[in-house]
Amino acid sequence: MSITTRGKNRFKRLISREASPAEYIVMTILALVTLLPIVYMVSTAFKPIEEMFLYPPRFLVQHPTIRNFVELLLAIDSFSVPFTRYLFNSLFVAAATVTGSVVLSSLAAYPLAKYPRMPGAKLFFTIIVSALMFAPEVTQIPRYLIVDKLGMIDTYAGLIVPALAGTYGLFLMKQFMEQLPTELIEAAKVDGASEWRIFWQIVMPLVRPAWITLIIFSFIGTWNDFFTPLIFTRSEQMKTLPLMMSSIGGGPGIVARYGAVAAASLVITLPTLIIFVLLQRYVMQTMAYSGIKS
Amino acid sequence: MIQGSTRRWSMVKDAWRQYHTMYLFMLPFIILFVIFVIAPVLTAIYLSFTYFNMLEPPKWIGLSNYRLLFLEDDVFLIAVKNTLLFAIITGPLSYLISFTLAWFINRLRMRQLYTLAFYAPSITSGIAISVIFLYLFSNDRYGVLNYLLIQVGLITEPINWLTEQSTIMPVIIIISLWMSMGTSFLVFLAGLQSVPMELYEAGMVDGINNSLQEVWYITLPVMKPQLLFGAVMAIVSSFAVFQIAAQVSGVPSPLYAGHTIVAHLYMHGFIQFEMGYASAIAVVLFFITYVLGQLSMRLFSERT
Repeated sequence: MSITTRGKNRFKRLISREASPAEYIVMTILALVTLLPIVYMVSTAFKPIEEMFLYPPRFLVQHPTIRNFVELLLAIDSFSVPFTRYLFNSLFVAAATVTGSVVLSSLAAYPLAKYPRMPGAKLFFTIIVSALMFAPEVTQIPRYLIVDKLGMIDTYAGLIVPALAGTYGLFLMKQFMEQLPTELIEAAKVDGASEWRIFWQIVMPLVRPAWITLIIFSFIGTWNDFFTPLIFTRSEQMKTLPLMMSSIGGGPGIVARYGAVAAASLVITLPTLIIFVLLQRYVMQTMAYSGIKS
Repeated sequence: MIQGSTRRWSMVKDAWRQYHTMYLFMLPFIILFVIFVIAPVLTAIYLSFTYFNMLEPPKWIGLSNYRLLFLEDDVFLIAVKNTLLFAIITGPLSYLISFTLAWFINRLRMRQLYTLAFYAPSITSGIAISVIFLYLFSNDRYGVLNYLLIQVGLITEPINWLTEQSTIMPVIIIISLWMSMGTSFLVFLAGLQSVPMELYEAGMVDGINNSLQEVWYITLPVMKPQLLFGAVMAIVSSFAVFQIAAQVSGVPSPLYAGHTIVAHLYMHGFIQFEMGYASAIAVVLFFITYVLGQLSMRLFSERT
């Protein structure tokens, strides 16, 4: 008798996969600790300059001000290029890269997902998976030479076109498209729809979570990218926000213009956080497919 | 012979007739992929056997770059040592933390909120966040960490976190771990949510009676593809460590204490314009991550 009740209880405990209050407490503390540097960043952006050099140092801002943001605009004014130009460059490069990679990788992923018996498809996908295994830094030098040869150094094309060959997007789209029912595509074909129309009117709407996820990752990657614009641009007019930040900051290990830098940190971080919060629910629908089957 | 080639030709024609739209779909991506991924890899391999300073055409010098790299370049050995130390610590640790946090989050309500909290650091701009950490780890007593440690009484004098040879690497590791709940973390979380409930129920019938057994016998085997993806990402990103290191300690860093393989590559390639030598470094790095990637593929396919 007692054995069966115990068995039943155990069954219940495992079936209701509810966390205990202790788990909530520990996870909440961990989450808050993880967020500390970001809270510090937000708080510092609004600190008047006197508060930044207070001793003892204060974590949170006492008298918030927007002076740092004004100083950011002024600091940039003493540069040859206005702040808005860096902002435009960052936005334009990110928008073009995101659009281009969503379209190109979806187009290329569709045949790999739905016509796996097509000659060359398997080989190509194997190459794509291998390409996931090396860091982009590895090919940076020859890529620089090629971009140089193509006359794309210091142009928008140089910042955008090479980024469109990113393999992760193709990988993700292919994995997600595989679960689409083939009958659907067959039925549309019987109705006389062309592959082009099937792709745009049936496939793409159905895999919306996947390409929205790709938009997020591609945007964050491009927006935060420091290395590519560092190498591929020369003139101040072509530089993006991360490069601007490092110039007003005064280089590694040095912190100059505290206020402007703190404000810039917030300005540059906000868009990535906002875009993730807005689109987060699509990410969870997609990411389970981002596995490698060996 | 002739028959064979005509047969092959007709196969190509058949494939084209049947799939030409599909090949056209793939064409734009393939062109870019060949130009900006395949060609650079091949070029890097070729350049690694040459002397090339970008002013004169590359000059073939055989294995000299590799000989120099492994036998005479002490700084490279420091870079390898630092990178290995970094990778051995952050690779497995970030992997474990990502999975563990994902597992716990999966049991909570308001998952989205917790997910955002842990994921946020990885999408903050590296350059912005390094500024914050420069404040936190600041060398003087204005630095928050120094202040706290002095207050608690653990130290009496501020520690030069960012210039002291012994503390640069630990600081880089801490920041990287903090930022490491990235793509793999989301993949794990989504993977956990996709494990069918029936499997857990069946497991209980088969006598699984604690969470650890459940993870080991049910969750992990089902999530193998996601786990493999996470492993590959952890390997690649931990061996390519550079940006945080560069922003915290500079290139080259004091006594090369934060010098990594990619930092070495960057120093020779884009500061000293020794493109051949830098390519050899790139090839070594590529080789390491590729071998480890294949190794984890093997590992995950055996554990059925």
